[in-house]
Amino acid sequence: MNASTDSAAKEAIVSVRDLHVTFTAGKKPVEAVNGVDLQVARGETVALIGESGSGKSVTLRSLLRLHPARHTRIEGRIEVAGANVLSMGSRALADYRGRVASMIFQEPLLALDPVYTVGAQIIESIRRHENISTADARKRALELFERVRIPSPERRLDAYPHEMSGGMRQRAMIALALACRPQVLLADEPTTALDATVQIQILLLLRELQRELGLAIVFVTHDMGAAVEVADRFAVMYAGRIVEEGPTREVIRNPRHPYTLALMQARADGAMEKGARLASIPGAPPDLAHLPMGCAFAERCTFAQPACLQTRPDAVELGGDHRARCLRTDATIQFGRPRMERPAIPA
Amino acid sequence: MNTNVSLTLPAPTAKVEAIERSPGFWSGVIAKLMRDPVALGACAVLFALILIAVFAHQLVPSDPYQTSMIKRLKPIGFDGFPLGTDELGRDMLSRLMLGTRLSLFMGITPVLIAFVIGSGIGILAGYAGGLINTLIMRTIDILYAFPSVLLAIALSGALGAGIGNALLSLTIVFIPQIARVAESVTTQVRGRDYVEAARASGARPFTIVRVHVLGNVLGPIFVFATSLIAVSMILASGLSFLGLGVRPPEPEWGLMLNTLRTAIYTQPWVAALPGVMIFITSISFNLLSDSLRSAMDVKS
Repeated sequence: MNASTDSAAKEAIVSVRDLHVTFTAGKKPVEAVNGVDLQVARGETVALIGESGSGKSVTLRSLLRLHPARHTRIEGRIEVAGANVLSMGSRALADYRGRVASMIFQEPLLALDPVYTVGAQIIESIRRHENISTADARKRALELFERVRIPSPERRLDAYPHEMSGGMRQRAMIALALACRPQVLLADEPTTALDATVQIQILLLLRELQRELGLAIVFVTHDMGAAVEVADRFAVMYAGRIVEEGPTREVIRNPRHPYTLALMQARADGAMEKGARLASIPGAPPDLAHLPMGCAFAERCTFAQPACLQTRPDAVELGGDHRARCLRTDATIQFGRPRMERPAIPA
Repeated sequence: MNTNVSLTLPAPTAKVEAIERSPGFWSGVIAKLMRDPVALGACAVLFALILIAVFAHQLVPSDPYQTSMIKRLKPIGFDGFPLGTDELGRDMLSRLMLGTRLSLFMGITPVLIAFVIGSGIGILAGYAGGLINTLIMRTIDILYAFPSVLLAIALSGALGAGIGNALLSLTIVFIPQIARVAESVTTQVRGRDYVEAARASGARPFTIVRVHVLGNVLGPIFVFATSLIAVSMILASGLSFLGLGVRPPEPEWGLMLNTLRTAIYTQPWVAALPGVMIFITSISFNLLSDSLRSAMDVKS
């Protein structure tokens, strides 16, 4: 390992090495995540992008070890703020959750307890981690509500989740996640359940909080548009692996993994002509209980060669912190943005 | 030079909003019940019955234990006995009023005890899941396999007659039913996002059970338990009817129904009165639990 990666690893607040998550509840073990490496620096926002079942949420939940221990096998190494998450005892784990890293969920109506007021839930969370009085905790909750810009915060603290609008609930959820001043914020599709105008407000809020508080954010989404708004770095996942990773601009302009390329082309751009066919990726993601021997995307890939079916490709460094796990990065180079017109992928 | 330029900020206008506070969960439920005429009616009936039970000795028009061979089995409206007399010439109205005590007691107590024990067992099984769940719930299923009437009679018969044993057997009958409901609700709640969110914010299992599971589970179990009070009363009456519960001469509706059954051809209306009381009470409990169920639905 050279010096530059060493210093990068030192700065990283989240460091995931060769993570494997296997669910053993069913008849066949399901390899939801196989071999994820991820580094997130302090104050950096990383978007994990991929379709359903690509393992992005599983990776995120592993960071808090939220999977039921009974039916899950986690291998590899997860370090957050210098602590080894996978070796923590139950008490250390509970102290770590919420305090060092906390999570925002997709559907705030379901993630907030319906029988308690939002304020009570925030106060409970603060008092779980800090030995302070209810009055002080309430004061902090009020500050948090102001910080996430909930109008008339004093009154909203005493509101039940169902009495708030969707955007307000997600703001409250963010306030709850930030209650104990965590260093890492994990967001599991935080805007998917919201309508379009509210989505942007929440994304901007996250961005702002991240700057103000120096948070590291790991952000799971399948919405490219949302990811571009907030993320410094993209990590594209497919079948439990990160297939391409790099700075947002770089990945967007110059996608090098055929899967990322296909995702970009499958986007409905604003300028899509009426009647034009929306590009789609043929086939379906592989069955995670029977992963192919070679590259998991090979079957659906237009660039696949016989070699792709034989070996799982290692990461190819493409310069500028940009990596792709593909044997054919030479074939995808021509589809980058620098050219004005993107040639269509040969069918 | 003075750089501290004082800015005149507009006076805070937050006063207006601070007044309107959102009502608590239970006060919301009560407000909804107050708007529900059926619930109000049921509550009024039950409240009246409880008043009668508490002040029975002060309220009874005549001695409920005073027998008279001359005045036995008199019809409703007989002079001095507004609801007639029973087979030993005792005043039916007084006996029905005093009977409210034991009948309500026999209806509510077993359910209350079973509510505490059954909820505990069910929540434990539901939250623990896996092997513990299987062990607890399959054991519960053994008891559940018997029809409740049969189980109550068998247990009472085995334990011997008497109020204490009748209460015990009824409690045992209700524990599996409540535990089942508790287990299924807890299993549902355990999988909810807010439980995972609580875990993600560092809550320990005990806190999760105490705050999030109990808070969401007790309501539905409570509603179910309310509906069991009617069943408990009927079963208790049944046990008394069979001579396994309350012993004469104590007045209890089921027992009265039993002793008066021989008079069904001579004074059918008088003989039916304890049954009418059982009916009124149990339907009030059922209607109340129905209203409670809809009032506690947060989303409506």
